[in-house]
Parts: sequence; C-alpha cells; structure tokens
Amino acid sequence: MGSVKINIDPVTRIEGHLKIETIVEDGVVKEAKSSGMLFRGLELILKGRDPRDAQVITQRICGVCPTPHAIAAVTNLDSAFGIADQVPTNGRIVRNLIQGMCDVQDHILHFYHLAALDYVDVAQVAKYEGSDPVINSIKDFVARGELGPFLPRYEGDYRLPADITQEVVGHYVKALEMRRKGQEAVAIFNGKMPHGCGVVPGGAVELPSVDKIAAFIWMLNELKDFVDNVYLPDVVAVAQAYSDYFGIGAGCKNYMCYGSYDLEDGQADQLKRERFYGHGTTSADLVHQELDPSKISEQVKYSWYADSTSGKHPSQGETKVDYQKEEAYSWLKAPRYDGKVYEVGPLSTILVNYTRGQAQVKDLVDAYLAKLNAGPEVLFSVLGRHLARALHTKLTADNMVNWALGVKPGEPVNIQYEIPDEGTGMGLTEATRGALGHFIEIKDKKIANYHCVVPTTWNASPKDDQGVPGPIEQALIGTPVKDNDNPFELVRIVRSFDPCIACAVHIVSPKGRDLSRFRIT
Amino acid sequence: MSKEVTEYPVIWLQAAACTGCSISLLNTASPTIKNILIDELIPGKHVSLRVHPNVMGGAGEQVIELLEKTVQEKGKYILVVEGAVPTAEDAVYGAVGEKDGKPVSMLERVKTLGENALAVLAVGTCAAFGGLPAGDPNPTGCKSVMDVFKQNGINTPVINIAGCPPHPDWFVGVVAQVVIYGIPGPEAFDDFGRPLLFFKDLIHENCPRRAYFDEGKFAKKQGDPECLYEIGCRGPIAYADCPTRMWNNGKNWCIGSGAPCSACTQPEFPDLGSPFFEKIKDDDLPNIGEE
Repeated sequence: MGSVKINIDPVTRIEGHLKIETIVEDGVVKEAKSSGMLFRGLELILKGRDPRDAQVITQRICGVCPTPHAIAAVTNLDSAFGIADQVPTNGRIVRNLIQGMCDVQDHILHFYHLAALDYVDVAQVAKYEGSDPVINSIKDFVARGELGPFLPRYEGDYRLPADITQEVVGHYVKALEMRRKGQEAVAIFNGKMPHGCGVVPGGAVELPSVDKIAAFIWMLNELKDFVDNVYLPDVVAVAQAYSDYFGIGAGCKNYMCYGSYDLEDGQADQLKRERFYGHGTTSADLVHQELDPSKISEQVKYSWYADSTSGKHPSQGETKVDYQKEEAYSWLKAPRYDGKVYEVGPLSTILVNYTRGQAQVKDLVDAYLAKLNAGPEVLFSVLGRHLARALHTKLTADNMVNWALGVKPGEPVNIQYEIPDEGTGMGLTEATRGALGHFIEIKDKKIANYHCVVPTTWNASPKDDQGVPGPIEQALIGTPVKDNDNPFELVRIVRSFDPCIACAVHIVSPKGRDLSRFRIT
Repeated sequence: MSKEVTEYPVIWLQAAACTGCSISLLNTASPTIKNILIDELIPGKHVSLRVHPNVMGGAGEQVIELLEKTVQEKGKYILVVEGAVPTAEDAVYGAVGEKDGKPVSMLERVKTLGENALAVLAVGTCAAFGGLPAGDPNPTGCKSVMDVFKQNGINTPVINIAGCPPHPDWFVGVVAQVVIYGIPGPEAFDDFGRPLLFFKDLIHENCPRRAYFDEGKFAKKQGDPECLYEIGCRGPIAYADCPTRMWNNGKNWCIGSGAPCSACTQPEFPDLGSPFFEKIKDDDLPNIGEE
C-alpha cells in the first residue's frame, strides 16, 4: 500500500473555495489539511463605515446563509446601541420567522443538492419503467448523454436499490421546488432573498399583518409536509444503506452552540435570554456546560496572518495579512474555545440541547435513536450530522407556526434609536451551519473594528498554535480509504459538515510532488 | 428519442463570490431550475451546465479536467463568472485548483476560460463592476471581468447582469436571448453593459411610493409606508425593474418591505450607497421627472 497523497481541489458541493490535502498510509488517513482558498477582507471593508451598514455588508459574506449574518449583525448592533432590551415582540418574532425559514430551506438544499449525489446514483434512472413525468424527464436527459452537472463523479460505492434511487432522484427535483418556496416565504418578511433587508437594529422592517402571517404559515405547512414525509424518511433510507458511516468521521467530539431564536422580550443579556435552542458546550461524555464567550480565541500560527495577531479574543481581533509565512496553509484562522477544538453546526445544537434537557429536542432525538436501536454516541459521525440536521429542520419548522401566531396585530415592529459615539457589541446566534458571532467596536459613530467568527472557521480551521488539527481535519484523520481514485469517504466526511468555502482534491503518487506550498513566484 | 438536440455547454466559475448569485438563480420560477438543468430550455436546445461548484457531481481533478477540456472547444461554450477577480499581489487572494503542484489563480482561470468562450455572462455586481469585495479600501485588488478583459486585450463579448444578487429572471432572460436569437448587438445594452430589457428605468421612475415623494411625504424610519428617500433610498440613482418585477416569484421587494433601495445594481455599489441609511446628496440626483 505505502503512502499516497490525496488532494481534493476544488471540493465541490459546498459553498466557497476549499482544498483538502491528505496523506494516506496503508489505506488510512494519517494527516489532513483543510485550506480556505479565498480572501476578501470584508472586515477591512467594514472599517470606518456607519455601524448600521454592517447588516447590509456582512450578509455578503455568504449568499447561502446571509440571513444568519443579518441576525448576528443586528443582535450585535442592538447590544452596541444599548437597545437589546427594547426590541418589540413583533420585531423579535419576525426575526425568528426570517431566520427559521432560512434554516429549513437551507438544510433541504444541503441534504439533496449538496450531499445526496455522494449516496445516490442518478444514472439508475435510465432503467426507470414507471410513469412519473418528472423521473421520465430525467430519464430523457440521461438518454441524451450530456450529463453535466451530474457526471463525471466518483464511481463505485452507490448502494441504494434502483427503485429507491429513482424515487430519491424525484425528491431531488421536488426539493429544488421546496427550497425555492422556502426562500419565497422568507421574502414575505425579508423583502428579497438572498441578501434581504428585513431586519434592522431595534427589530424588523415588515409589519407582520395577518395576510402575510397566513401566507407564511401555509407555505410553511407545505415545507413541513415535505420534511416529515420525504426528507426525514430519505435520511433514514440513506442511513440504513450506509450504516458504516455511523462509525466514520467523528473528529474532535467537542460540541458548541451559541443558542438561537429568542423567546423572550426585554432581556438585554443574550446569554440569559430564553432561546428555543439554548447555549452551551458538550463532549463525548454528554455533560452540558454553560457557554462563556470570553473563552473564545483565534489562533493564526498556520494561517496567512501575522503571528502578532494570534490568540486574541474576537472582540480584539485583528486581520493583518502575511502570506509569506512558511508553515501557513489557509486563509482561515483557528478559533478555539478554552484552548480546545470545537465542532459547531446542527449536530452541536442538537447535542448541546439534548444534554441540557430541552424537552422537544430530547424526545425527538430519543425517538430516532430508538428507531436506529442505538445510543447517542452514533451521532458522533457523518450520518449523525445528517440526521441531526434533519431533526433540527423538523424542530424549527414545527415551532414556527406558534411563533407566527404570537404576533401582536397593530403593534410596532421596530423602535427608533440613536447611534452612540462609542460602544462595543456582541451578537451571538446559530447560523444554519453553526455558531456565529459578530463583534463591533464603535468610535465617533463609525465602525472602528468589526469582526465575525463564522461556523466554518471553527469547522474547517487549520491547526492551532499547539499544532492540534481543526474539526474537519480530525474527522478525516484515521479514516480508512477504500479506493484512492474515488475517495468517497473524504468528500462524505467534509460535506457532512456543510462547509461554507470551496476547495480541491487530487491524488499524486508518493514519488510525486510535495504538498503544494503557497508560493509567490 | 432520436431527435436532434443542440447542446449549449456552460462553465460556471466562482471567483471572489459569496454564492448568492447561484442561490438566486436556483429561485427561478418559470422556467424552474429543473427546467434549465434537465429539460430542453427551448425545443431542440439544451443548456448543459458542465461545471458548477455547488451542484456538480465531480470534485477535485475531475473539475479541472472538465475546465481544460472545455477550453479546447473554442467559441462553443458560455462562461459565467460569479464574483469579482482578485488581482492584487500577483493575484494570490483566490485560487481554483492547481497546475503542476501550484495553485492556479482566479485571475488566470478567468483569462484562459474567457478568451476562448463564445460569450461571458458576468453575473452579479461583483463580476460586473467589482462589487462588495472591491469596496473601499479594496484589500485584494478586486476587478470586474470587463476590466480584466480590457487590461489583457481579451475581446470576448461580456454581458453584465448586475445586482446583489441579480434577479433570476435577468439571468434566465439573457440565456434565453442567446439560445433563441444569439448574442445581441450593442443597442441592447446601456453604458455599463447591462441589458436594457431589465435595466432601462430608474427604480424611482416606477416606484409605487412615487406619489409620496411627489407630495413630499417621507418615512421617518424603516417600515413606515411613505417614501423612503429621506432615510437613504437609492431608488433615484439605481437602474433595475424591481418595482414592476418584484422578487422571489413576486412575493416582495426591498422597498415593498419598507427598506430603502441600496442601489445594488449600480457600478458604485457599495461605496456610493454607504452609509446606506443616510439621505443621498441632492446633487447626486438626475433630473427626476424631467424629459
């Protein structure tokens, strides 16, 4: 067997530019490096601008999940402007509806359009004998022979029987329609999607009138029906066919959640505010700990930033580029909590809330674990991430109707406020892909410093100052790779995190080139 | 199934982008994204999306091989660029794949794929004008596709489908134009290379709140029903058909929700719009309401 390098550049079906480099010895991943391949410097662009512009600009960090950035930005500004306890009930609810519906449609996009092609063989549709017009239109497409964007792809490990495959391919198309309708429902309150304008410091913009609430609820009902009767059963079907993936890709087994969906008015302190998903951390021992944001630091020994900026809390975060560093391999910093590596995302949200005893989370997780005849430890895996994401979708969708019905007709949705000359703020929420923090420092009514620590920075982070690999890197290390030419295991692990960056992988023989260094030639 | 179908290969390249333009395209309602990917868009004509980072089956070297194979089909494929092109410091700030063990810059990819394409669709304000990553101080030297082409003597036609993100109808309309009638002549575009079909009028000209403006009735804060001009609306300086087309299958649009227009279709976005929630200076206004 010997030692081979497997690089994937670009890793597709994720958001953004990510490269994965691995060294595989005797069929097992020994080393893994995850590199972000794009730097835009949005934090530098924010400097000196009006603080309110953060809501517009930070959404452009990501067009797949702009809404969580808008929520984090206005939560951040609420705290910096001293109005966090004055957001009216209607403003709070509209924010939750915008964010909740974004999560639901985004999770559907992830399972069907980003992840499913690793498990589902579209070519099986060629054998379809039934009368479903959608599946038959895909059969015609396959017969024409121009199979982009579905082929080429990795070949080999597709295990679903033909009839289930054909059904799931039909669901892939239905899911395109569902996520579109989800975005349309978001737009009812958010103006447009992506990059809407529906949330502002002090609340939201669109008055939640009864016609809008009714339209939203009935679009939501359509999505709920899809989640219960299509998405969840499909996740279970994939899990049954690929059950070995309950034992693959665990990684660091430390999980962190900031909490999301405010359920209470008038509480300025985000960590004390009642939220549907509460905050905290947990690990393999499934013991819940309260979150202490002061324990967050960002390390840059292996990132293309000046070493002098390492180890700082994000509120003091600096972005100083240094792309000549010998050992650096990523544009991502390495965020750590209490000096340790933590995974974020729907799995972390579900586990943290399971361990803190959130009743709805606990009941649903236990019901599914009973179906699988397994304990919670199976969730520390590739399939655990997919299942947790689907359960997160269901819980959010099921609760939104009640949230929507809490609107107080005729009451305001926002307040007027003054921008202070000076101030600092923090906005913590759960983006679709996990813990998201925005931090601001205001001087002379302008942004002196704005810093975002985004979920994928946690998950796809490079090694920290102690040389400890990040969550995706750890999830890859120790994984057996059956076929170097079709390294399904690697892409399934990476995509289970739903990363928000784009990357690359290729294979070179052991006699081949060194791991490429970032050189200026 | 032996009828002749003409294939239009499309390469979708993401540079300094956020994927918002791709997500917006997925929101197309008629035709749906399924109609575009799978069905014949027009009888006998099929758009073959060979490379798209977010939806394609393959990964890694398979993607790079497809790019290199398609470049050989000179003048036969359409290149879509999403995102601005980072050019500072020898273009180190963005790379897509590798060649001979070295990262290949986004700039290099845009040049190589661009000079051999039939046409380039610069999708979104970043690709069309530089957009947000080119906002002051433009730390990565982001440029628009047109500027990159000008500086490198590349003459492939570029169509700027502006917007942050663009409305899916704007993209689909341009593709339908190319597939049905071919690439339109210069008379179909404004001074900024945007199709007049979608970018002929100011937002302000067709705004349903225009009567409030004419009456001098102005909103005090976002969400108020009156004209949003005093709290930063850029409708008077932004060209697009949002007021009549609306967004997300006609559900809403920015001004409809009570938020000021941020002029996201304009070449000066985001700097002209910043601060977004302060009234624009009167001297920025064209002659509103005059012939």
